[in-house]
This record gives sequence, structure tokens and C-alpha cells, in this order.
Amino acid sequence: MNTGQSLLFFGIVALITVFTRAAAFLLFPEGRRTPRFVTYLGKVLPYTMIGLLVVYCLKGVDVLRYPYGLPELIGVAAVAGLHLWKKNTFLSIGAGTVLYMLLVQLVF
Amino acid sequence: MKKHGELRAAFPITVPVLAGYLFLGIAFGVLMSSKGYGPLWSLGVSLFVYAGSMQFVAAGMLAAGFDPLGTVLMTLMVNARHFFYGISMLDKFHGTGKYKPYLIFALSDETFSILSATEVPAGSDKGRFYFFIALLNQLYWVVGSALGGVFGRLIPFDTTGIDFVLTALFVVLFIGQWNQTHNHRPMLMGVGCAVACLVVFGADQFMIPAMLCILVCAGVFQKSMGEGME
Repeated sequence: MNTGQSLLFFGIVALITVFTRAAAFLLFPEGRRTPRFVTYLGKVLPYTMIGLLVVYCLKGVDVLRYPYGLPELIGVAAVAGLHLWKKNTFLSIGAGTVLYMLLVQLVF
Repeated sequence: MKKHGELRAAFPITVPVLAGYLFLGIAFGVLMSSKGYGPLWSLGVSLFVYAGSMQFVAAGMLAAGFDPLGTVLMTLMVNARHFFYGISMLDKFHGTGKYKPYLIFALSDETFSILSATEVPAGSDKGRFYFFIALLNQLYWVVGSALGGVFGRLIPFDTTGIDFVLTALFVVLFIGQWNQTHNHRPMLMGVGCAVACLVVFGADQFMIPAMLCILVCAGVFQKSMGEGME
């Protein structure tokens, strides 16, 4: 992509992102009664989305071929283990990522 | 409450994001640099797009040719979850007045997860309090991106695997949410739908089916999913 195309590309990304964030507020504006099912969804959906995001991040892993998703498995286990142990977001994310980078660059 | 009361109340809550976003932002800046896009690009994209995972996806798409329709579809797919975030914030953003447009613009994964877990301190203006949380978070992200952009130019090193920061962040948020509630069915249902659709539809096509699957399951199992969810 050249500079103009890159600007347009990120412009599209910005516009569509704002659209996805504003859509719910446009569909269910203040002052009008929000349907009960939508209110229920508002409580439950946040919890379902985070699992989807984790799977989304790992979607490219091929468990049938070498290295069988081992770097990802070890990386996720390290992040989860560290976080359950120390409860320090920066440490869990930082150490887990560095470990994963070392694994894919030097080990596998 | 004093004029800066809301800012003072908001800052401590955003400290975990400060660490995560600086690191992620730096990773984004480094990634952009590795694609030949310098600090100004990283800064601009983080200011105007401000969508963590989509920015990483977009950086990955730079190498391919310019494809407007593909870009629209990809952004819709990666960011469709924001529609669900919006639904979850309808009540909370009610009556936030002049702050509302920015709150909607800046509703990132982390800001969303903080806002859904935080009570407004007594005597604070809700809109103003939320505004400072959202603004501080974006500030960390933008500063991190710019730093990464500068570093990425000065010290070129092997960045293979740096995108794992995202996975790590979501794993951390997953654990946080898991500990927040006793009813784990919605979380397990989300993972289940995602894995099932990933297997059936493949890596490039599974997001939309997975979200539909989540909607259907949420609709069918309202009683067990909604139990204890307040």
C-alpha cells in the first residue's frame, strides 16, 4: 500500500470501529424503553465475549502439526499460572509474552 | 467534590491498564515499525482507531494489497463484539450527557471491563468519572504506541511472537472475570461456542457464527445463564 491507500485503509478501520461501538446506542436510544431481552443480554454477554476473544487469539494454532500448539499452550499456562499466583497484570502479561517469544524464536 | 475529584478517583482504577496498555501499545508501535510505518503512524492510528486487537490485525493486513471491502468486513468481524459491549453499557452510559460520545468512541476491551466492574464513588459525577477512566486508558495506549514506534526504529530486534501480548491480556481478563462471579456458565458457553465454530467453520470464518451461536445459547438458556448475574 502507498501512503494514500494506507491513510484510507486506517480511515475505514476507524469509521467501522466507531460504527460497531455506537450501533447499540443508536438502536436503543436513551428515553425509550430497552427490551427486557436486551437488558438480560447486557448482563450475560460480557462474560461470554472474553472466552471468544481468547479463542480468537489462538485461532491460527495447528494442533495436528509440529509444534502442535505447544508454544501457545506453555505461554497461556505461564500467564494463567503467574496471574493466579501473583495477581499482577503487568507481570503475567510481560513475562508470559517474553517466554512465548523465546519459545517460538529459539526452541520450536 | 472538588473539580479534580473524579480524576483522582479514576486514576488508581486504571493502573493495571496503564501497565498492560503501555506494553501492548509499545508492541503495536514496534510491529508497525517492522512494517515500515513509523511513530507518527502508530500515534495517529492509536488516536483515531483506538481498538487494540483490530490495530494488530490491521498492521498484519498492511502487507497485502489495498482492499476496501475486505477491510470493512474484517473490521466488522473483529469488532462485532463492541456491539455487545454497547448493549452491556446502555444503562451505565444513560445520562452521561456531553461525555457520552467520547465514552462510546473509547469503549475498548479494557475500558469496557473496568466500567462493567466499577461503581461510581459517592458524590462523583458519573459521566466525568467514566470519562477520566476512558481518557487515561487511551492516553496510556497512545503514549505506548508512540514509544514503540520510536524504539522500533532505533533497535531493530526479532519481534516474532510479540502479538502474544493480546492473548496474554485476554487470559488475564478471563481469570479476572472468572473470579468475579459464581455463575461460570456464560463464560464456559462463550468458550464452547467459539471452539465449536472454530472447528466447524475454520479460522477465517468462525467469528460471526460463534457470536450467533452465543446469542442463540443465551436466548435458549436464559434461566441458567442469567442466574446470579446482576
